[in-house]
Amino acid sequence: MSFLKINNLSVNYEMRRETVHAAKEVNITVEKGEILGLVGESGSGKSTVGNAIINLIDEPGKVSSGSIIVDGVNIYENPENILKLRGKKIGLIFQDPQTSLNPILTIGEQLIETIQTHLKLTKEDAKHKAINLLKEVGIKDAEIRFNNYPHQFSGGMRQRVVISLALCCEPELLIADEPTTALDVSIQSQILDLIKRLTKERNLAVILITHDMGVISETTNRVAVMKNGDLVEIGPTKEILTNPKEIYTKALVSSVPPTNKKINRFKIIEKENKTQSETNIKILNRWTKKEIIDQDLVKVKNLSKTFDDNFFTESSKNSVMAVNDVSFNIKEGESFGLVGESGSGKSTIAKMIVNLYSPSAGDIDFDNVCITKIKNNKEMMKFRKQIQMIFQDPYSSLNGRLKVKDIVSEPIKLHNPSISSKDIDNYIYDLLESVELTQQSAERYPHEFSGGQRQRISIARALATQPRLLVCDEPTSALDVSIQAQILNLLKDLQEQLNLTILFISHDLPVVRQMCDRIAVLKNGKLCEISKTEELFKNPSHNYTKELLTLMPKIETIYN
Amino acid sequence: MDNHKLTLLNRIKESDIYFSFIKSPTAIISTVILVIIFFCSFFVELVTPYNPFDPSSLSLMEAFTPPSWTEGGLSKFILGTDGQGRDMLSTILYGSRISLIVGFSAVIFALILGVGLGLSAGYFGGKYEMIIMRLTDVQLTVPSILMALLVDGIARGIISREMHDEMAIYVLIFAIGISEWPQFARVSRAATLVEKNKDYVSASTIIGVSNIIIMFKHILPNIMRPVLVIGTIGLALAIIAEATLSFLGVGVPPTTPSLGTLIRLGNDFLFSGEWWITFFPAMFLVLLAFSINLLGDWMRDTLNPKLN
Repeated sequence: MSFLKINNLSVNYEMRRETVHAAKEVNITVEKGEILGLVGESGSGKSTVGNAIINLIDEPGKVSSGSIIVDGVNIYENPENILKLRGKKIGLIFQDPQTSLNPILTIGEQLIETIQTHLKLTKEDAKHKAINLLKEVGIKDAEIRFNNYPHQFSGGMRQRVVISLALCCEPELLIADEPTTALDVSIQSQILDLIKRLTKERNLAVILITHDMGVISETTNRVAVMKNGDLVEIGPTKEILTNPKEIYTKALVSSVPPTNKKINRFKIIEKENKTQSETNIKILNRWTKKEIIDQDLVKVKNLSKTFDDNFFTESSKNSVMAVNDVSFNIKEGESFGLVGESGSGKSTIAKMIVNLYSPSAGDIDFDNVCITKIKNNKEMMKFRKQIQMIFQDPYSSLNGRLKVKDIVSEPIKLHNPSISSKDIDNYIYDLLESVELTQQSAERYPHEFSGGQRQRISIARALATQPRLLVCDEPTSALDVSIQAQILNLLKDLQEQLNLTILFISHDLPVVRQMCDRIAVLKNGKLCEISKTEELFKNPSHNYTKELLTLMPKIETIYN
Repeated sequence: MDNHKLTLLNRIKESDIYFSFIKSPTAIISTVILVIIFFCSFFVELVTPYNPFDPSSLSLMEAFTPPSWTEGGLSKFILGTDGQGRDMLSTILYGSRISLIVGFSAVIFALILGVGLGLSAGYFGGKYEMIIMRLTDVQLTVPSILMALLVDGIARGIISREMHDEMAIYVLIFAIGISEWPQFARVSRAATLVEKNKDYVSASTIIGVSNIIIMFKHILPNIMRPVLVIGTIGLALAIIAEATLSFLGVGVPPTTPSLGTLIRLGNDFLFSGEWWITFFPAMFLVLLAFSINLLGDWMRDTLNPKLN
């Protein structure tokens, strides 16, 4: 008998207009000592299954049928059963370590409180146990750190504390819901190693919910793939990833950017069946195409940016060096990658290139003209037209009060004041079709579109001015992998046909490898190295680059 | 997704706001009361048979008639008459029209001034923002009724005696509007600070859209929700402020009485037993302000994105 058995679990959310089936007849078993990965895109129901196990489904959701049996006890038979299990036999790790700890209590107080709620221990014993737990999850100087508040820990350390809280009462089942999504790559691998070690040492049953195929392939023993509430496939990780049976799993695996090679285009499996031709880039007819000249389109020279955070104190004391003496050139027609973890200053550089921020020191030349010193508005407009940007968050980058056609027509009208209204409509339709949206989309509002479609609208808006340089700031990091593959394909098509120069910013090394010709690596505002993509992945010269490359989760590890 | 070609009516019926409206009895009741009050006040000539301001139709013989259901009441004067023989119900409705006009105008004035300053302060920041926001801080330390009294007093000094009655209503609107704008400025500045850091504003800047257009075309529609909520509550406050000022005798002149003026006039008769002359205008004012506040509460709960 398996330790955890989920039988025909269905969860429904009864909404005003429809009933959403968040999980449909899901059957999963988990044994002790194994890690089961639960993978799927947003809305696939993976978190719903996790929450159903601990009976934490939000209103108006309800478990409509099925049973969950933990160690022989059926959770939904008696409402008191779960109270005995939750926190005791079942431990939980949430995504965001910032919010899962109480900021006004020391971690010691939180640990002791949790231990004493579930186990009958004296305060001394509880403290002793808490310190041992902190040591076990790899926190140095646990006796001293015991009295610290959560804000005194870094993100990764805080997630370790959360894990120690989950382990307080010797659970036998651990549910980790996206435990590393909010963390940088280097910390992610430490946390995953910790979970793997604990699983072995304590003989835990672990459910790891994630959207990241790399994490799945490096950590889990078995994997369950979910889509729209259905369990698509379940089996040993190696088998599922190397030889998927279902079409959906195939599509999912093929849209994950490989880390070990550069591919031309992502295979979109659903499209192949329909034998659809390559994107028809209608906008090409209107495009005044510039031939690629062998020159540096953008020259960034000794760029620095400091943020002063206080009005009254001396600026030198409280200032943060976000970008520190960075220089690089972008050749016309190439894709240049800018890679770094959070806080490395990559977005700040992008914002200086598109002239949202002005640099504290240094210059940016565009087409051999220094654009950072232009004061005249008219002069600036010439460059605004040539440099456009695509943002990370598809939800905040479109004004929800405007129709799509008004969003896309704004730059057209601004830069061609004489254009007739009929011509504008045709222009908008051409743009929308170039990014694979229908003409009907023009009359709709942004909230009617999904994240990927919104990102396409964003691209259409950026193309409306016929730019030469497109700055993409993490354009796909808020999207699911299959959507990411489509958007990346689209960007590649557009770049080839329109002779665009792209500055591609990302924290995701496999994605950058697929997109870029040359890559610059940033750390804490400083440039580590610049080299050709293949060179960088084969022979990284800087230590930090080497570290990033070894730590990034690789889906290929499963083949070895 | 396919039903985007809906008529306006259907779009309203499909919307979440309509849904929350029909689920809330408080909102429905207060809206019904307000619709009745607004209709009766603005079409008062159609609703009542009497014109209390036409001296020829008044008869002093009928003065101090108590409400119709009490002893000595006449069925043609449901709520009785005042000291000049004017029908109370008609007078109240005529008065509430003045109150509503003053209230709406004052709120619109405060809204335009406050949102304009708050939006630009939030958007441009720096010293300009600091000056505007410190100004609101200073003004909020002065009770708003005192502020309105001060403006009224100054206006009295400037405007000649003959012009005074004519100008009184504009002075009142200005005085109440000036005392309410800091609320609008604060709320719209706070909302602007959130909106201006969103990417759609950056996108417009990168395209080259001018500051004025970004402020009014892009940011303004996105900050209107909180502004409308405090606008509704501000309306109730403005109506009460008008009544207070008129009660103190610095509001509209007695020849075109508002609710506040009626309460003051009736107050003189309160101790001689003619309670209805002040009681009914006062209750009417309470009903009006209460309904607006309830509607404002519902709007705050519904339009607040954090609660959804």
